[in-house]
Amino acid sequence: MGIINLDHISSNPILPEVKTAMIDAIRADYHNPSSQHSAGELAAERLDKARASVAALINAASPKEIVFTSGGTEAVNHAVKGSALANAKKGNHIITSNIEHNAVIRSLKRLKGQGFKITSLDVDGDGRVNPQDVAEAITDKTILVSIMHSNNETGTIQPIEEIARITREHKIIFHTDAVDSVGVVPMDVQQLGVDLMSFGSNTFYGPTGVGGLYIRRGTMIWPLLEGGVQEQNKRAGTENLIGIIGMGRAAELARRDMTVRLEHLEKLKNKLLSDLPLTIGDIIVNTPSEASLPNLVSVSLQYIEGESVMLMLDDDNIAVATRSACATGSLRASHVLLSIGRSHADAQGTLVITLGMDNTEDQIEHFLQSLQNVVKTLRDISPLYQKKMQAAG
Amino acid sequence: MMYSKTVMDHFRNPRNVGVIEDANGVGEVGNPLCGDIMTIYLKIVDERIDDIKFQTFGCGSAIAVSSMLTEIAKGKTIAEAKTITNKDVAEALEGLPKNKLHCSNLGADALQMAIKNYEDGVDGKTRPEEGQKEVHVHQEGGKCYCPYCDVEIQEGVTFCEACQSDLEEEH
Repeated sequence: MGIINLDHISSNPILPEVKTAMIDAIRADYHNPSSQHSAGELAAERLDKARASVAALINAASPKEIVFTSGGTEAVNHAVKGSALANAKKGNHIITSNIEHNAVIRSLKRLKGQGFKITSLDVDGDGRVNPQDVAEAITDKTILVSIMHSNNETGTIQPIEEIARITREHKIIFHTDAVDSVGVVPMDVQQLGVDLMSFGSNTFYGPTGVGGLYIRRGTMIWPLLEGGVQEQNKRAGTENLIGIIGMGRAAELARRDMTVRLEHLEKLKNKLLSDLPLTIGDIIVNTPSEASLPNLVSVSLQYIEGESVMLMLDDDNIAVATRSACATGSLRASHVLLSIGRSHADAQGTLVITLGMDNTEDQIEHFLQSLQNVVKTLRDISPLYQKKMQAAG
Repeated sequence: MMYSKTVMDHFRNPRNVGVIEDANGVGEVGNPLCGDIMTIYLKIVDERIDDIKFQTFGCGSAIAVSSMLTEIAKGKTIAEAKTITNKDVAEALEGLPKNKLHCSNLGADALQMAIKNYEDGVDGKTRPEEGQKEVHVHQEGGKCYCPYCDVEIQEGVTFCEACQSDLEEEH
């Protein structure tokens, strides 16, 4: 069967059309888009075309509202630090959630060290933020709210539109980390109402190392990278035109094929959600059934640890991701899983299964069989499972 | 592949897995916070480890360490077994990645706990009841490394100066 990739969130394959566009761009030897001669102008045209494609994907009012970055992480850093610093004279309070990606958490930690005050909101068992909590946390010093659109560990989608109505009312900048949403589910910044939105190209089958930050016209924000005047003076540095062209093509395809992709992914996701509890006992599903990403299923396998599950599945040519401390190299359980109410032990046994267009029903069947064997083997070794069986009598 | 061939062998084919019903020495170390729990069962006859079994909740390293440890310890006298160190286990496994060395600490600690448990029983000290094993939160014996930037750090430190990361380890 070859390798079954159920870890698309870590790396998506690049689509053939995108590869073609990038290879053509490499061969074309485009000049610097900032140069004023005709060679530069040709490059600038290519850059603008890619920009327009990305703007169309998220229904930005103007392509000028798209700033290309080196990926989602840079976009997040830019959004959080840039808006906080630009508005520091207005206030120093920032609101976020307990389940953000490390790019947001670390950026905020850095700001906290510089005197900003951070309020991090709790989530419910589904991983959802209550917009009312956002409203209640707002003070006259609040300058930024940063809440992710979808979570990369549970798949939960947040009520962004509701939160945006609240931030708009108070004229507070609203950033959403949408790295796992843009190009996967329909995203319309006019509907969402956000001021800043981070995204990455690999999520929609474009190259890694390229991403973007949507900056709504009129948003006060400092650049992260300073030097030249590229990207409307918002992000200095000669553009990674090859990568950006790839991202533009990927954006076009994502827009064109969104419905077909959603159908395919949701079918496989539903199969996993229904068959996993039937195949494996003592399993907790962390992905909510409503308002969640179509391509992510997270499960906590009780009494066993994630890295050992991942290694055994790897032996069977199946690639999955785990959130165990050992595997993520962090020495502690995932803050996201703890926030939704998983115990430390259960958090350690969590698998995050992420689907792509190359997955098939047969592959899911094979995965379920393999997982069943792996779980049995590891539970036979586990002192925690031993205790559970003894207690059950 | 971050793990040596020997580690993968012991992970895929762990030796001495199980429980000894009439064990006369039992030791359990670790906790879910750090993601590893090891239980060692000993059957000691004439001051020698006649049989040894393990159960482990943990990563590839943890399982491999438990397996290798029981292989090394089986048949040894108590005196000999007391000299088995984490380093011995790690070396027998052809080394472990730096950030997994704490897993190897659990192995040797669990064995020593089990031996102590046996000796406490022999000395007439309160032998823990069935199901009431001595639980010991493992202590870092050897060196500690920052899991993010690999720089050596002091035990118990909660912030790495080198890469400015919070550690918040439960050690």
